[in-house]
Amino acid sequence: MADTVWRTHGRTRRSTRTLRVRASAVILVAAVLAVLLVPPLVHLDQQAVDLSQKLLPPSWEHPFGTDDVGRDLLLRCVYGLRISLLVGVVAALVATVVGTLVGAAAAALGGWTDRLVMRLVDVFSSVPHLLLGIFVVAMFRPGVWPVIASVAVTHWLSTARIVRAEVLSLRSRPYIDAAISGGASRLRVTTRHLLPGVLPQAGLAAVLMVPHAMWHESALSFLGLGLPSHQASLGNLVQSARGSLLAGDWWPTLFPGLLLIVPTLAVAGLAGAWRERLDPRRRSELML
Amino acid sequence: MARMAGRRTLFAAPVLLVVTFGVFAVAAASPFDPVKAYAGTAGLTASQDNLDQLRANLGVDQPLVTRWWDWLTAALTGDLGDSSVLRQPVADVIGERLGWSVLLAATAFLVAIVLGTGLGVLAGRRPGGWLDRCVSSAAYTLEAAPAFWLGLLAIWFFALKLDVLPAGGLTDTASDTVTFGQVASHLVLPAAVLGVSQLPWFFLYVRQGVADALEEDPVRGARARGLSERTVLLGHALRSGMLPMLTLVGSRVPELITGALLVETVFSWPGIAAATVQAATSVDFPLLAALTVLATAAVLLGNLLSDLLYGIADPRVGFDG
Repeated sequence: MADTVWRTHGRTRRSTRTLRVRASAVILVAAVLAVLLVPPLVHLDQQAVDLSQKLLPPSWEHPFGTDDVGRDLLLRCVYGLRISLLVGVVAALVATVVGTLVGAAAAALGGWTDRLVMRLVDVFSSVPHLLLGIFVVAMFRPGVWPVIASVAVTHWLSTARIVRAEVLSLRSRPYIDAAISGGASRLRVTTRHLLPGVLPQAGLAAVLMVPHAMWHESALSFLGLGLPSHQASLGNLVQSARGSLLAGDWWPTLFPGLLLIVPTLAVAGLAGAWRERLDPRRRSELML
Repeated sequence: MARMAGRRTLFAAPVLLVVTFGVFAVAAASPFDPVKAYAGTAGLTASQDNLDQLRANLGVDQPLVTRWWDWLTAALTGDLGDSSVLRQPVADVIGERLGWSVLLAATAFLVAIVLGTGLGVLAGRRPGGWLDRCVSSAAYTLEAAPAFWLGLLAIWFFALKLDVLPAGGLTDTASDTVTFGQVASHLVLPAAVLGVSQLPWFFLYVRQGVADALEEDPVRGARARGLSERTVLLGHALRSGMLPMLTLVGSRVPELITGALLVETVFSWPGIAAATVQAATSVDFPLLAALTVLATAAVLLGNLLSDLLYGIADPRVGFDG
């Protein structure tokens, strides 16, 4: 199928693709810079209540409008993205480390350990992820760490599968045989020869996991099972906007959601380009 | 085929066992205290003796494995305990609400399949064409959009701005009987939102399948025989393009449950997923445990369905696996 695309639309497709990659990069850099720089540099209080300014529609002064107690939504959204991104990155890192260790251990040890671990991964995958997350958070009370734990507990599975498959395919390469016949221990072969080989794959999986983890956090927060409601995460912003929405004011709901969608698409755009570069024959997909 | 179904069921049993045990183990490791949850506000003033008595009555002083085994044997006889938040037996909660959830999910699935197939065929005809680009971009955006957000915007637009559809619930608040017309009008928005949130996956799959099939020899042969474009597209390309998708339908159950958790909550739909969220926010362990296990069973059933469809749709696949 890729052939037809290239034959008929070769030039235009290529230029839109470059454009998409560049736009994605710009958006991501802008988002990360805003999240890192706005809180220390802009001395505005995101919690500052001003009832005379409540529920103003988007304008030049308040590009995203104001919420039901007159807080500027652009500022709130930047803080929300900051918290959601932080939770997403930490959860993705934890899940990647756990997944990589488990996957590598399963593949390197083999035998019944491998079978047991992979069966366990199957069992974990049989519970819908959001439901498992809800269960963990409900039992451990909502808060930052339970949310991170509940996202990590559902996300390490795919990384473990990817890393295990990768290690198994690397293990049959000649340089591994050479290392073993050279007298390297199993631990040394795993840490020095196998793990460096799987890190690119695990890294790509981790990057793709961040939007997914942010999505998870938002869903939990929206359901009232995520971060404490005074913390302006994106999900909490949507949740607290429900009252204004039912009164007919759309902007407190619209913008936090957009801030979740746009970075997700940007990450997917970059990751797709990266994957196409690694393996040009395979067409990219969003992999959400 | 019956043999494979039987074998798969045998495989599902240990998975369910491990999940139920995991549920109890997580609860045991958490700060959650069933006695306090059971006693509620009365627990704050009750004497230690009373609390201890309650602890013994509830069997909470037993070790984890004993409690798990008691729950399991009771569950097999249909006794799943009592829900503290809904104040009725868990089995009754499930019986009352399961039907509404199935109605919602089935309608949404139908919406996703019909829309996804239609759009997928149109887009797959000319990959890279303007229609394909528009619909594909929309599909990627929809896939990134959280279902609860879509639901809220749908409420704002259709229930508040246009005022054509009800914003939530199963019936109007004024009416105390459940009539078909009421349910139908209240079903439209949640089913549409849940369907649209599942749509991108179907669409992208059909689109890819049709586009790939159009490149293959059977289609070339059909064209060479002078068959009409319609027959080629629907009779040849779509049929072989749909094949892999049909077999994956059953494996979409987890995503459907995830979507239902959010959509039912947004639209106050009296289904089982909304009850799960209620159970979680008020730490209603018996209800939450039963519903988690039920959802896992649904996922396993979906996987089984998926394997069976695979065997039916593609005779080359045996049922021995």
